Amino acid sequence: MHTIINKKQITLSDPMLDKNLLEFIRENLDLTGTKNGCGIGMCGSCMVLVDDKPVQACRKTVRHIVGKKLLTIEGMALADGNLHPLQQAFVDAGAIQCGFCTPGMVLAAHALLLKNNQPSRDQIRKAIHNNLCRCTGYQQIVDAIEQAAHYYRSQRNTSMHTHKIQHTVADSTSQ
Amino acid sequence: MASDKIIKSRFFFEDEVEEKLAEVPTEEPDSWQADEKLAKVGKPYSRIDGYDKVSGTARYAFDMHLPNMAQAKTLRCPLAHARIKGIDTRKAEKLSGVLAVLTHRNTPEIKWYGTSFLFDTHLRYEGDEVACVIAETESIAEQAIKLINVDYEELDHVVDAKEAMQDSAPKLYDSGNIRNGEPGTYSRGEVEKGFAQADTVIEDTYRTQIAIHNPTEVHCSVVNWDGDRLTVWDSTQGIFRVRDGVANSLNIPLNSVRVIKKYMGGGFGSKLEAGKYTVMAALAAKQIGRPVRITLDRKEMNLAVGNRPDSVQTLKGGVKKDGTLTALFHHSYGAIGAHPSNAQCSWPLKSMYKCDNVKVEEYSVYINAGRARPFRAPGHVQGFFALESLLDDLAEKINMDPLEFRLKNYADKDQVYNIPYTSKVLREAYQKGADAIGWQNRSEKPGSGRGPVKRGIGMSSQIWWGGGGPPAYATLKLNRDGTLRVIAGTQDIGTGTYTFMAQVAAEALELPMEKVEVILGDTAVAPYCGASGGSTTAPSVSPAVRNAAENMKAKLISGAAAHLEVPESQLTYQKGMVNHKTNTDKSIAIDQLVREMGEQVMVSIGKRGANPEGYMINTFGAQFADVQVDTETGKIRVNKIVAAHDIGRVLNVKTLENQMHGGVIQGLSFALMEERVIDRYTGKVVTFNMHDYKMPTIMDMPDIEMFIVSGGDPKISSTGVKGVGEPAMIPTPAAIANAVYNAIGVRIKQLPMTPDKVLNALYR
Repeated sequence: MHTIINKKQITLSDPMLDKNLLEFIRENLDLTGTKNGCGIGMCGSCMVLVDDKPVQACRKTVRHIVGKKLLTIEGMALADGNLHPLQQAFVDAGAIQCGFCTPGMVLAAHALLLKNNQPSRDQIRKAIHNNLCRCTGYQQIVDAIEQAAHYYRSQRNTSMHTHKIQHTVADSTSQ
Repeated sequence: MASDKIIKSRFFFEDEVEEKLAEVPTEEPDSWQADEKLAKVGKPYSRIDGYDKVSGTARYAFDMHLPNMAQAKTLRCPLAHARIKGIDTRKAEKLSGVLAVLTHRNTPEIKWYGTSFLFDTHLRYEGDEVACVIAETESIAEQAIKLINVDYEELDHVVDAKEAMQDSAPKLYDSGNIRNGEPGTYSRGEVEKGFAQADTVIEDTYRTQIAIHNPTEVHCSVVNWDGDRLTVWDSTQGIFRVRDGVANSLNIPLNSVRVIKKYMGGGFGSKLEAGKYTVMAALAAKQIGRPVRITLDRKEMNLAVGNRPDSVQTLKGGVKKDGTLTALFHHSYGAIGAHPSNAQCSWPLKSMYKCDNVKVEEYSVYINAGRARPFRAPGHVQGFFALESLLDDLAEKINMDPLEFRLKNYADKDQVYNIPYTSKVLREAYQKGADAIGWQNRSEKPGSGRGPVKRGIGMSSQIWWGGGGPPAYATLKLNRDGTLRVIAGTQDIGTGTYTFMAQVAAEALELPMEKVEVILGDTAVAPYCGASGGSTTAPSVSPAVRNAAENMKAKLISGAAAHLEVPESQLTYQKGMVNHKTNTDKSIAIDQLVREMGEQVMVSIGKRGANPEGYMINTFGAQFADVQVDTETGKIRVNKIVAAHDIGRVLNVKTLENQMHGGVIQGLSFALMEERVIDRYTGKVVTFNMHDYKMPTIMDMPDIEMFIVSGGDPKISSTGVKGVGEPAMIPTPAAIANAVYNAIGVRIKQLPMTPDKVLNALYR
């Protein structure tokens, strides 16, 4: 049994499968960029992507990622270590305050932009409406996502789409 | 170089005067003038900690993981009021993986809240601490908690302030449920005479709810002992307060405790003190000889770490036909929970408008619920809702435009202490806000709009302190390559402190931002600064950084004079260079100078100067709301908020926008959604998770337009900065409430204005 976590293949053992996915990510993998805000799937602080779809990790077990690709905030940065343009857009647009909700916000936005690189502001709002921010007030977050959409559009028809390539490789190895 | 002196410093921290001896500089650089154009300060720099927060590398206290670390969880009282008759922890201790169980029986009697203890056998609310379990994992600790057998004697409870004030109510303390046994009072002039002079008098009662801070990061600590020295990673707004509180509780020297906070996921006033959880973890860590991490869960957050007290405010206002306020009276009571806190909310009425006859009587009442704590502009948010509702009703009675009414009663000096303000730029805020919201298009006849969805416009004024003051210190370290490190014992609670500290240092020393690094939030390495509350951080610490930079310049000039063998008076500092005024050959770059001096690092220290004597320092503002109310469903939608504020000098437009938007959304949330609900029969909180405790998502966001009408305030300090965190939230609920009245013509006198209240008000 395998899973691909941030582009790396990981072997899973039976006893792990019933472990809470958020605990697994934070404790077993020590990927603490994924936060725990409410424990009941209401705040989006623990949002990760499973096969490019947003999932609240606190509501799932490890079983949910068997044979699939898991992306956490630590897997977002580009291969050269620089921030992904979406992350950079969050910094540039001032879409961060305390930063605790930011990883979940970034991943929810990434999921949206992967399938729709020309979203309206309303579509952006809907994509992050499960992510609670208690300090910043959201408007700059929408601005950031709107700015970052340019990058996703520019990547659509080139072979440089890092994530798409990585995901294709991941699909073949996880079968 | 300038010598220093010690003064008695007094300034408002939250809604109380804080008094401290402070070392201040006797000489300061000329204050930046109100309209002075600066190179770095005021510019929209992105957060210098942005990378950490978007990449996931930022480690919060919640994320700290030490080798061999154990996990702790707390057993809390499930009843509203009880006494522990017996406690049996044997089963829990036998569970595999359990390392220790702390209770009142095996821990020292540590004083807490004045008359109570870390573990008290008299449990005064649902959520009171009973025991702490330390185990290999959190889930083992949680299982063990369920195995602790407590024999509770259940006592009668009271969870409503009005009931608690009755003689027949169950008593939380032998001295009764009214804190201090009497109300807080205030008066000036003769209030009865004032009412007699009025042409119109209105009396009404307004109610606000209890709200919970609910920061996204829960309260948590990681603690580690090295022998007798304790290190605490805490999610806190006040590292030095935590250090002092923990050291006092454990009866160990202050220099044995180091408190570190690099990042935190919000606090809003709930993280201004040392937590019981931190001390429990420290006791446990000592006992088992391992590091311990303790976290609260969301339910504990909603029970036990603070709230905004509720209020029942009866206000009476008298006004002449020409709009002159002749008298204001405020009577209120509010629930402060089971331990000492403060429910006062009369400051807006006492201080906002010119009024010669004022009387106040306000009660803080103990109930069987979690203790109140400061929550973003304590007292002011609830106080302005009542005051501004009354003001609009008075204006309507005398057929005066609400804005004109406020201008008529504009206070030109502080009303409580009868002294001038250092600055007040509120008229401009009224004007900007009114223009931007389209005040002239506002319907003068409330509720007159056609159709079921009615639109309205309303406004509210705002006053708060936010001037800060000494003591606050900063250290600068200039490296031999010309890079600079700023170190201060303040903390960035998400507001952008790291970034503006770098801007101020870069401004004063004329260095590029990339050369400046900032270290905050560590009691062991940084000089003292106060807790981050009361909107005091930027106004307190930014002048200390500037002062340190000026002292660094003086050292560099002195060093260059010695090296170049010319008098100091012939040298000036510019952009990382010390230059001779006339001889261009005699100049030297600061990195070269540091190397020539044989230094690895050059150090300077800066201090916050004294506040001016005889002045009040206040922030001012006005917010305008455009709302629509569906009279069929009772749902209120806020379309737009215009926020126009006087906050002195802006340090960074980008982080300011975060603060302003965040304040407005929290204000909107308090106006329309948030409420802690307690079942009065069981005394238990029923809104203890993020599903039942309602907070706004992006779908609730209005458009927000912001205007800053002030430049710097050179009277306050060398940087002329006032705070902004609390001012941003204060007027929002009142502006929304007045807009709702303008839309439907019926006044909602109770928050939150949920659809049921709107429908009841419309159709009852």
